[in-house]
Amino acid sequence: MHIREETATRHTLAVVVDNEPGILARIAGLFTARGYNIESLTVSEVTEDKAVSRITIVTSASAHVMEQIIAQLDRLVPVHRVTDLTVQGAHVERELALVKVAGAGDHRIEALRLADVYRARVVDATTASFVFEVTGGREKIDTFVTLMAEVGLVEVARTGIVAIARGREAA
Amino acid sequence: MTERSGADILVEALCDLGVEVVFGYPGGAVLPIYDAMFRSGRIRHILVRHEQAATHAAEGYARSTGKPGVVLVTSGPGATNAVTGITDALLDSIPMVVITGQVPTALIGTDAFQEADTVGITRHCTKHNYLVKDPALLGATIHEAFHIATSGRPGPVVVDIPKDVQVATARYSKPGPIQHKTYRPQVKADRSAIEVAVEMLAAADRPILYTGGGIINSGPAASQLLAELQRITGAPVTSTLMGLGCFPASHDAFLGMLGMHGTFEANMAMNQADLVVAIGARFDDRVTGRLDAFSPHSRKIHIDIDRSSVNKNVRVDLAVIADAGHAMEDMVRVWKSRQLPRNDLSDWWQRIAGWRAKDSLGFHDQPTEIMPQRAVRALWEATHARNPIITTEVGQHQMWAAQHFGFEKPNKWLTSGGLGTMGYGLPAAIGAQLGNPNALVIDIAGEASIQMNIQELATATQYRLPIKVFILNNEYMGMVRQWQELTYESRYAESYSDSLPDFVRLAEAYGWKGIRIETMDQLDGGIADMLAHDGPVMVDCRVSKLTNCFPMIPSGAAHTDMILQANEVSGTMDDEARALV
Repeated sequence: MHIREETATRHTLAVVVDNEPGILARIAGLFTARGYNIESLTVSEVTEDKAVSRITIVTSASAHVMEQIIAQLDRLVPVHRVTDLTVQGAHVERELALVKVAGAGDHRIEALRLADVYRARVVDATTASFVFEVTGGREKIDTFVTLMAEVGLVEVARTGIVAIARGREAA
Repeated sequence: MTERSGADILVEALCDLGVEVVFGYPGGAVLPIYDAMFRSGRIRHILVRHEQAATHAAEGYARSTGKPGVVLVTSGPGATNAVTGITDALLDSIPMVVITGQVPTALIGTDAFQEADTVGITRHCTKHNYLVKDPALLGATIHEAFHIATSGRPGPVVVDIPKDVQVATARYSKPGPIQHKTYRPQVKADRSAIEVAVEMLAAADRPILYTGGGIINSGPAASQLLAELQRITGAPVTSTLMGLGCFPASHDAFLGMLGMHGTFEANMAMNQADLVVAIGARFDDRVTGRLDAFSPHSRKIHIDIDRSSVNKNVRVDLAVIADAGHAMEDMVRVWKSRQLPRNDLSDWWQRIAGWRAKDSLGFHDQPTEIMPQRAVRALWEATHARNPIITTEVGQHQMWAAQHFGFEKPNKWLTSGGLGTMGYGLPAAIGAQLGNPNALVIDIAGEASIQMNIQELATATQYRLPIKVFILNNEYMGMVRQWQELTYESRYAESYSDSLPDFVRLAEAYGWKGIRIETMDQLDGGIADMLAHDGPVMVDCRVSKLTNCFPMIPSGAAHTDMILQANEVSGTMDDEARALV
């Protein structure tokens, strides 16, 4: 017997929640309890009074499971609203990465040149290393990190995707 | 306004919410609350013998009265013992509020004595939960907890209260109606959805109303509306395990329960219908059988208060998000205002009559032993005029009770459907009897399940509850054995109930009356003796040991692949079927 899996597509969800203790555990736990996967999850307060947080979740699922994920999230008591940005239409997705590179000679020069092409900023430098800050879509950052591997990549820290709908309306 | 302790605020809030009974067990982390209740004297506390039983008793109270069940347990083991009943209430949508004590806030996270991460453990087996760290927020939290537990799709809510919060003081005043920031369940359906639903129903040639526990949760008025909806449409009605009683079993239009142990006519009608109207039912795997073969020719309407139930297992053509009662009320009104004629369903009823003629619940009485189905029917004969409340444990006896005990009214059938919790029936009967002091309450049990919360015999004795426990004793975990016969060539791994106690003497040891029924000629007399005794009675009814529960749709099979008789059992299954629960 083999275990079947359905074909999945990637969706980006914006989840607006009441900023109460345990809310992140509630949401992350829902994903594990019901067998959904999380590719990326970011969370931060988004109102002045710190009462509301916005969680951006990137997940892969079949259309049927996606509908369930949204309904299950929406059912949690502290959730204000859930928007599937992928289905809703045009939106902007960005991620920030800090990339540490160490090396000498030509590698240093090449790293700086590539950073320039990718509009990465140097946020820390020593005689033997750089830390670059780069923002962009997931693919751009993936590519930048791959390139840095050839010139002395030490480590990477990434924020995960944040996303917002294009146009004047809120999601 | 003077400040009061958190414990006093809790008791005051419970009184303001109309709580009359609390099921609980004391311990270190709830002593301030117990003292506050003792001093107040306004809430009746029922001391159970194990915290799991407190939760099931609260479920039985809630299911039979429509009011929320309230539980009070201590931290650590008190809370973890309650988890099974909390999960049970979640799966069966039972309104319940569980107050748990917690170690003082300063000790949280230090592995203190009797500390458990109660909110962490119960996060996914509650509808919502709280850890209250400020006594000033306690009163409002309790009111919100009751609002969430009882509104929308009901469910269990846990409020974890550290001991120092119970002792510290704050002000409390009864809050007004709750307008929650984020939680606003949709009770009334969109009008357009109702109109489409009515049009689909009017156009159907082979409709069926597939009714579930949501109708019971909506209140007795919803059952009246279902009767009216059935009357004007003429459609047949089937019910899930949780829905039994929402439509009278004696009604001509009732096809019986559907699903794994449902009737032939209910399952065939679901299979052949051109329109399925699911009302407060959730297309559970025990109902649908093999999904790709489930009701393949029908359009489907799903009326449910929980949006996440829609399209979860079965894709439907129309979703009506609403309370079952409200939705049916709107449908009846729209149907009547349009003066829609009652469809001619005579062909459909003729086919149903053909399926009914199979008499799928039929069985043959034996001269030498009591058939369990006969025992349930004899119990029904002797008691149905008194409209008894029936609870069950989990297993074959539960299915026989569902099949053979006809329920005419809602809130009379209390069983663990979703979670399938053995040990549910005795404490649930205790809760039901407390909520309905004058009712006849009977736990139809199995000899294995009853032992899972047998300690509660003492609770019934203490509070002089005249409940009856009727054990269908076949000396097996019968449903486990039945599956072993179906799937594992009758290799009975650990399914024999060895070393059984003498239930009659056990009952007597707890201050109950004990009765043993061993032969057919003792059956009616034994039941009469049970009913004649005004205190609690345990009946050890020895039934046929190897009888299995049919009809049965093996898991992973279609409704049309029903096993009607024991001689159709093959004894083996492929791995795909074995992997299913």
